[in-house]
Amino acid sequence: MIHTTIGSAGHLLVIIAFVSALVATFAYFKAGMANTPLDDVPTWKRFARATYVIHAAAVFGVVFSLYWIIGNHYFEYHYAWKNSSLSLPTGYTISSFWQEQEGSFLLWIFWNVILGSILIFTNRSWEAPVMTVFALVQAFLTSMILGVVIPGLDLKIGSTPFLLLKEVMPDMPVWKMDPNFIPKDGNGMNPLLQNYWMVIHPPTLFLGFATTLIPFSFAIAGLWTRKIQEWIRPALPWALFSAMILGIGILMGAYWAYETLNFGSYWNWDPVENSSIVPWLILVAAIHTMIIGRKNATALKTSFILTIATFILILYSTFMTRSGVLGNASVHSFTDLGLSGQLLIYLLTFTILAISLLVYRWKSLPSDEAEVSTYSQEFWIFIGATLLCLSGFQILATTSIPVYNKIAEAFGGVLNMALPADQIGHYNKFQLWFFSLIIVLTGIGQFFWWKRIGKDKLQPLYNPFLISLVISAAVITFQGVKDIQYIALLTAAIFAIVSNGTILLNIIRGNYNLSGGAITHIGVALMLIGILFSSAYTKVVSINNSGLMISRSEEFTSNDNKENKENITLWLNKPEKMGDYMLTWRDVRIEPLHIPEYISKSWVDMIEGDYKAVALRDIVVNEKKYYSKGDTLEIAPENFYYEIDYRDPTGKIFTLFPRVQINPRMGGIVSSPDINRKLDKDLYTYVAMVTNPMAEPVWSPTENFTISMRDTFFVNDYVAVLDNVVRTEQVEGVTLGEGDAAVKAVIRILDKEKEFTVTPSFVIRDRMVARKPEVNKDLGMRIQFQEINPQTGQFSFAVNTTQRDYIVMKATEKPLINILWLGTFVLVIGFIMATVRRFRDFIKMRDKETASVNKSKGKIPAHTV
Amino acid sequence: MKKIQIFGLVIIAVAIGIIVSTAGDASTYVDFSKAQDMATDGDNESIHVVGRLKKDAAGQILDMQYDPKIDPNYFTFTLVDNKNVAKKVVYMSTKPQDFDKSEQVVVIGKMHNGTFAAEKILMKCPSKYENGKLETTEASASKS
Repeated sequence: MIHTTIGSAGHLLVIIAFVSALVATFAYFKAGMANTPLDDVPTWKRFARATYVIHAAAVFGVVFSLYWIIGNHYFEYHYAWKNSSLSLPTGYTISSFWQEQEGSFLLWIFWNVILGSILIFTNRSWEAPVMTVFALVQAFLTSMILGVVIPGLDLKIGSTPFLLLKEVMPDMPVWKMDPNFIPKDGNGMNPLLQNYWMVIHPPTLFLGFATTLIPFSFAIAGLWTRKIQEWIRPALPWALFSAMILGIGILMGAYWAYETLNFGSYWNWDPVENSSIVPWLILVAAIHTMIIGRKNATALKTSFILTIATFILILYSTFMTRSGVLGNASVHSFTDLGLSGQLLIYLLTFTILAISLLVYRWKSLPSDEAEVSTYSQEFWIFIGATLLCLSGFQILATTSIPVYNKIAEAFGGVLNMALPADQIGHYNKFQLWFFSLIIVLTGIGQFFWWKRIGKDKLQPLYNPFLISLVISAAVITFQGVKDIQYIALLTAAIFAIVSNGTILLNIIRGNYNLSGGAITHIGVALMLIGILFSSAYTKVVSINNSGLMISRSEEFTSNDNKENKENITLWLNKPEKMGDYMLTWRDVRIEPLHIPEYISKSWVDMIEGDYKAVALRDIVVNEKKYYSKGDTLEIAPENFYYEIDYRDPTGKIFTLFPRVQINPRMGGIVSSPDINRKLDKDLYTYVAMVTNPMAEPVWSPTENFTISMRDTFFVNDYVAVLDNVVRTEQVEGVTLGEGDAAVKAVIRILDKEKEFTVTPSFVIRDRMVARKPEVNKDLGMRIQFQEINPQTGQFSFAVNTTQRDYIVMKATEKPLINILWLGTFVLVIGFIMATVRRFRDFIKMRDKETASVNKSKGKIPAHTV
Repeated sequence: MKKIQIFGLVIIAVAIGIIVSTAGDASTYVDFSKAQDMATDGDNESIHVVGRLKKDAAGQILDMQYDPKIDPNYFTFTLVDNKNVAKKVVYMSTKPQDFDKSEQVVVIGKMHNGTFAAEKILMKCPSKYENGKLETTEASASKS
């Protein structure tokens, strides 16, 4: 049965959410306008709030409907069919919610509703103007998932997630046969995304996006209601919170890319990554100018510009990643849903409205009378904020290249610009210097901020300066840092740690609440050190030394090929030297759901297309028996783990299990690294290519050998010796009765470093001949005992060979990467402290204001709601 | 001159520097003939070439070679650009995942002795689950 009700309900609720957002915008607007008669304001406000409650309820209803469809596996719906499947574990079923554009818009809408409600409850005095902006944003966002076609105009607004499969793919022949066809199972989720990061990264990132709306709304409200300075107090804690969440979201993505997605690194300067880091940089700059904005008029003006810019950049980022404008340029942008026009209107509306309002009010903004002194905190913070903006501008200028092409196209030109071929080099040559300067300024700025130094009083900086020079010199010598730009960045970061650390020690004794800034700065400095070492000093360990390619064409001998010889081939059970390590690929393992370890694939027979396997033997792991032979066990589908032993020069062995996912529908393989984590470096290994573990071997045509005892013969380039033929009582898989007889041949096969013994058997059972061949995977060989000739005393064997199993893998060492992750934690702690402090500040002031209003209430009846 | 003006001038100078450098570092989309001309002129800049794989009537990819047993870091194929010029592309790295299914391929690199030495390959594959939609994947031979 097709469940049409839930989809129709969802669609209707989206429309309600859209309309109520529009109504709430208008009502809040009326409530916030100065020319609305004072007596009407409370009415408008009450009405607006009621509409907002309807909007919130409708949004919850939409979220619930979509989740209901996915959670109950209603595969008649395109969204559920495309993104989930029956075998998908619950966690990923939740995350298939936001795998598509519609769901991720919905996630964003959902966060906005929550944030809007918090604002209504915590901040009554700003409600009307702030919520006007909020509701307008919600109207735009809900329009993206509206899915309404305007009749007559053939204009589609938004793309709804509540479409039936039939509506999306009306051309499938199955509809002719059975109009009520419902697929048995869905397509499932891209195995690459089946990772817990997919569950927590998108919600965090979208919460980060959503929170940038709050400082923006306060800035607009401040301009609108002429509370030119007052908006900063309530906006600042939210700006800090937003920077923290957006930062965590971005870093989660980076860690995910590093740990699972096998991009090889945590940051790839991909346009999608860039377009989320740019707003973050501008937001951080905005926070700094907001902190001094109440004292300094230039900083106040800049705060307006930067807060507005942050939000506009979030919209620009949304436009870039979702409109298809990136096209070839990015790995993970969404495909175009035909929303480009709508997204552009969204972007332009807020850009034009915000800039017009700012220009309109610019004259009434205060100006500084005296010029700011070089020895003031304002000056240094301002320089720091400027550098952050320049850093963001540089990233944006390059990332927007596909946009320039589109703009040129729109005007009939052809630009044909492409992103720089060497993106890393291009960005680094700027960002490295920007961040060296920024991180130095964090130290100097803190000293000025806490009035430890001033004009004619720079001595307190001398000690941190000297200490950091000494430490840097030691690190540079010890770690062998040679390039001048890395020396600069390292020294700058160490100076930042020492100077911010000095300040931290100073103020923590007084009031630790105030130390958020210093801690955050130390976190950033640590991150920069971690990034410096782990990226600039990454060492490829898997250098291909086999020398086999020398025979190839001259292309190989030319200049920079050496650099690319960075993968090695491993044959099953054949040790291979890699750097200091001796590597052996041991086995392919699978992941049973109810056993704590991976087990060998050869222990089970996997059922194709299902996520179960039949045990071929008793499965005992860590002396505990989990399954008996013949039992069916559940396994994680598609996951194969390649057991690779690493023996280091001291003889210690550790094992890594890089993962490969083989998805029948995807055809290809998807690999994830495994990382050997040491305190000072990561050893990062991934498998680039494998022989398909699910494929049946393809055997060569049979080759027959008839030989005598102790004869030597050649099979598949190996020397083989028939050592013996002995009587045997046991043949696996065959029960021998009385009168039956069995012999097995003992054949020794000599490989370069190793000997193998193969023992095919020959059985006479109930007067019938049975031959039990033996397969040796290491040699890629199958030998069957064909015949015994009593007259000549000779034996016949049939030999087939196949492709030996191999893997191609790459291994790199990433030194000091743990300092990056440590810095991340320090950064987050610093942000939390700063947010809490600024939020307390706001609460204190708000309560004071309320108290004074209440006091005056006795005299004049005031209009408060 | 006031400090703020000097400051403004410095910022404008840096911003111009950024724009000039972006324009300078930006690569271009060209076809193989243009790429060949550039290489002949000694222009060492890496460029983008968009094309399709050479396939026979049955959809089998022609002139593609990858043998990890001999060398896992040597992969060659023939790319037909938008003007129907076919050139051999050499990619000194493992064969990218999903390469066989790609509809459109962008190679980034330069011409070298009549073959195109690719540093990076971008692929447009039919979306894994949906026909008609394309998605981009990227492979890079650069150090990571």
